[in-house]
Parts: sequence; structure tokens; C-alpha cells
Amino acid sequence: MATRVLTKGGVLVGLCRLRQPRLVTAGYSLSGQFYATAAAAVNTAPLITEKTDVTDKILNIPLQTPDFFRLSELFSLQDLFDARVHLGHKKGCRHRLMEPYLFGCRLDQDIIDLDQTVEHLQSALNFTAHIAYRGGIILFISRRRQFGHLVESMARDCGEYAHARYWQGGLLTNAPIQYGPGVRLPDLIVFLSTLNNVFQQHVGIRDAAKMNIPTVGVVDSNCNPSLVTYPVPGNDDTPAAMELYCRLFKTVVNRAKDKRRQMELLHGQSATAPTASSL
Amino acid sequence: MEWTSSLIVPQDSIKSNWLIPAPPKVLSRQLCVSSALHRKNLAAAGPEKFSEEFIKKQVEEYNIGKRHLANIMGEDPETFTQQDIDRSIAYLFPSGLFDKRARPLMKVRPEFLPGQLKSVQWGADGRPFHFLFYTGKQSYYSLMHDTVAKVLAAEKQQVLLLSEGPVPQDTKPISLVGSRWLLKEELEELLVETISDHDYARFIQLMERLLSLPNCLSEKDFVQRYRKQLEIQSSKQQVAPLQYDENGVAYSTADGRRKTATCTVLLRDCGSGSISINGRDYLHYFPVLQDREQLMFPFHFLDMLGRFDGQCTVGGGGRSSQAGALRLAISRAMLSFLSEGQVESMRQAGLLTPDPRVKERKKPGQEGARRKFTWKKR
Repeated sequence: MATRVLTKGGVLVGLCRLRQPRLVTAGYSLSGQFYATAAAAVNTAPLITEKTDVTDKILNIPLQTPDFFRLSELFSLQDLFDARVHLGHKKGCRHRLMEPYLFGCRLDQDIIDLDQTVEHLQSALNFTAHIAYRGGIILFISRRRQFGHLVESMARDCGEYAHARYWQGGLLTNAPIQYGPGVRLPDLIVFLSTLNNVFQQHVGIRDAAKMNIPTVGVVDSNCNPSLVTYPVPGNDDTPAAMELYCRLFKTVVNRAKDKRRQMELLHGQSATAPTASSL
Repeated sequence: MEWTSSLIVPQDSIKSNWLIPAPPKVLSRQLCVSSALHRKNLAAAGPEKFSEEFIKKQVEEYNIGKRHLANIMGEDPETFTQQDIDRSIAYLFPSGLFDKRARPLMKVRPEFLPGQLKSVQWGADGRPFHFLFYTGKQSYYSLMHDTVAKVLAAEKQQVLLLSEGPVPQDTKPISLVGSRWLLKEELEELLVETISDHDYARFIQLMERLLSLPNCLSEKDFVQRYRKQLEIQSSKQQVAPLQYDENGVAYSTADGRRKTATCTVLLRDCGSGSISINGRDYLHYFPVLQDREQLMFPFHFLDMLGRFDGQCTVGGGGRSSQAGALRLAISRAMLSFLSEGQVESMRQAGLLTPDPRVKERKKPGQEGARRKFTWKKR
């Protein structure tokens, strides 16, 4: 799940689960689902109704353009610099796997390469937008006590979910027991800080990888980016940087949801128009 | 994990044995469809969850049924209580079964009563209703979130006011006298969720922090929701009204008990401070100073040493317990002559509390109540 396959439009593997909703009952998404035989896809009687046609069109149109949601105009390298996103930790705290993402080291402090950050952040936000467009559940996680309230408010404002508290062991892996049978797990997990309070990797990263849930994570120079699907190298300690990330994610999710509503109205109208005329 | 409900599998692959290799052209992975997998692990599923509308419908049906039953029995549907329902059902469906739980019953399930059961927390599309659902303790964490929001708002306001200038604010803090924080059990009941001791401690800490900020008066209602008013203990004291005899002299009677001694006391106002016990003077009845001190203590405490005349009868117990019983009886008798403040001070001094200590029984295998037999090493 950690590897990325570049497809048209830069949208990744996590999307296939949501591509054909008619094979899933009432939005209950399972992770081990893809063991159906190829024969199965052929034998299912294709119920071509107007409704599924419209849904297909709504779902496929955003995949045709690379930046359908125009997220490149949301931020620039200068904004990242002003929000102090390029500041990493000291040289001694550096993680070996973060070395490719670092620009250099100045007076023992690591500087993150903002060119790479811009690309990574672009693709991460694009992926988030597509997930939100398809009505997926997004869970924002951060174990930093200073920013917990900010993360929770941001999640509430964009209609998604947050977890800025102590992580109980089986929240993802033992979900039917903890929450009840028939619970739906998040379709995307966004880590605004991948470390927990004792500077170890957050358990949620490993659990999400186990449950085949794609992750977006802001990785600082002392974090391990290997299990994160979309790492975004950047600072996670400064309030300015955290406020920037929260603002960006909120805007992206809201924009994607508005776009979805717009598309439904547009294509829903065009679908019903011929029937209305036929009456 | 349920596999079959959302999987569409063609008929031929189910019938074919999974040991037979699949045809080379089509890449396929056969499913293991034994009946063991179909059986649901009911124990692991946990308590059943019901949706809100189901609960509401059940409660509505119960209420309608109750009214029908009242009409059948010829009684008023408005004042038909659960006891009446039980009686009517026992009458209409007589059952000879011994186990009470096996008999016919018409009651709302205790889980369906408001605030008992957590109904299903997500909608038809699977999206949970609450934004903190995935934390596991959504009500508790949402309460903490709101409290933190208030703390931050109060701090911001304080900073603004300070920047305007050091204005001496006479904002009185919220009065906490006469109330206490809700206990952990009460908070659990309020939130309909289990919380740990650590969580509870954190919550109290946060509330204290909110109260320590100067401009928290606006959150008074919010804070009072999590405080419980303490009842004034002295209001529980039942004070008998004063009685007057034929000469117009006020008197009152009371009883007292200590260990096995019982006594009754009759106190008369406008007296000279003479007390007679079982017909004898108290000096003769209690030769020991300690017992007389116990007797006088209520009068001495209220500075009414020469005011009352006492007529006491006492029986049972020994000299010390009789003195204690008399003290309690005198304090109780004096209540009708006193104001509320004096009653409260008496209560706090311990004059109105009956001493519960009695002789502990001897246990078998021991020499006395506590004393064990001498331990011998060999």
C-alpha cells in the first residue's frame, strides 16, 4: 500500500475501491474485497440504468484532467516559506529516510527542500480532493497537544472527522468490536503530525497500512516516511505551518464537496431533462 | 469479517472444488466458502445496537398498547401506571409458570429508556454523525473540546482587555459555595459513556482552569451544569414544635439512646437549672464528675446553664452510656427552643449525632471480638 503507481491524472491506487460503488452494499467498504474472479466481472448482469450512467459520468469526469479542482492556485512556494514549512529539526534528530527530502543543513538545523514539498503537497491535496469528491470519510490525526483543538475545529468545519486524542489500540484493526458491527472505516487518513507524544511513529500509520487505508502525512525531518502513501515533507512544530496546512485541507475538502454538488445538479438535470421532455 | 454479503460470485465457482486449478487464461482466486465462515460470531458482536427510529417506534407502540389496555380494563388511560399494567396483564393472561421472568410482560425495554442505550451512530451511507466518532469516546471528548474552546475565548478576551489598559475589573468569579463537582459516576450517566479516572481528573482540572480565568462569568450556566448543589444538612433536622402546659410554661420532650441505655427527657423553660433523674437529684445519681459534665455539655455549649429544668427517666446500660443517652436526649429536646443557626452549630459540634458504637460480638475461633488465642509456635 505504500508504493505509488502513477496513473493518468496522478490519482492513485486507493481510488479503485470507490470506482464501482454498485458492487458494494450501502457504502460498506471492506478492504479484502478484491479477490473476486475476473469471471465475476463478466457474469454480473450490467444493470445499465440512467442513474448509474449519470453516477459513472460524475465519477469519471474529474479523472480526465490533471488538476480538476485547480488546487495549484491555493498556495505557492512563497506561502510555504512564510509559514516556516522549510524548517526541520536539528541534525542529530534527522531520520535516515528523510535525507532525500532535505535541501541542506544550516547551523546544524535541517532545511527541507520546498520544491519537493510543493510537488508532494500538490499531489496529496489532489488525492484528498478526489476522495472528498467521492464522498469518502477523511480522518485527521495529530497527537500534538498545542494543535489538537485546531485540528478538531477544522475537521468539524469541513464535515469530516478528527482524532487528536490518545489512540486506543484496536480503533482501526478491531473496529467491529469497538464501535459495533457494520461500522464504516475511514477512506483516507491525514496525519498532520506523524509522531506521538513520546517521539515515536504514530500507531495509526501502521494500522492504516494494515487495513489498506491510504494515508497522507506531514513528515518532519525526524519522522519515518516509508509507510505513508503521500508523504509531505514539512514542518509540523510551528503554529504558522499547522494553520497553513489546516486551512489548505479545509479549503480543499470544501471545494471538492461543492464541486460534487454542482456536478450532481448539472448532470442530474441533464439526465432528467430528456425524460421530462418525453412526458 | 463478513465476506459474502458484498461479494458477487458466479455460481460455477462456488460449485467447483477449490483444489482444482483454475483455467490458465483467467487469473482468478477461489473463495473458501465453508459454513464456518458463514456463522456469525455473535459473542464478539457485542451488545445489540438499535437505530433511533426503531426505539421511537417501539416506545410509541408501547404507549398506544397501554391506552388500549386501560380501555379494556375500563380505567382511565391518562392515569394508567406501570403497576396497573402489570396487574392487568396478570389478570388477562394468568400463568402458572414458576419463573417470574417467563410470565407475560408488557414493559419498555430498559435499554430503550431515554439516555440508556447508544443507538447506531451512523447514517444509511455509513458516515458517522459525530465528528469525533472515531476517537471512541465522542461525548467526553466533545465536552473537552467545548470547554477548551471556552478557555481559549476567555484567554483571548483577557489579552484584549489587558492591551486596552490595566483596567481594574471587579468581575466576581462564579460562586462555588454550596455545590460540588459531579462525581465520576454522575458524569458517566450524563454522557452515557464510560470514562476512566484519568479522564475524569483531566476534566476537573480543565474546569478549574476555566474558573481561574477572570472573565468567566459568561460561562456560569455551562459550569453549573457540571456542579451539583449540596443540600443543607440542618434542613433535614426535624424540629418538633414547642408545647405549652397549663401555666403557660414552654416544655419539650425527647428520647435518647446510647449502647443499651435508653432515656426520656422533659425540659421546662424558665427554670433554675435543676435536673432530676429517676426521681433523684443528678448529683446523687451521677457521683462521677465526667458523667455530670456530659449532662451539662449541651447547656454549657449554648450558654443556657440556669435556664431549663429537667425531668429525666433512664434505664439500661452502665453509667457512661446512660450519661451519653441523656446528653443526646437533652440536645434533641432543646432544639425546639433554638434558632436555625444554633441548631446548625449544635449539629456541627456533634451533639445531635447518635453514637452508633455497640459491643462487637465474639467470634468463634477467637477469644473475644478481636483478641485471638495465644499463638504457639509449636
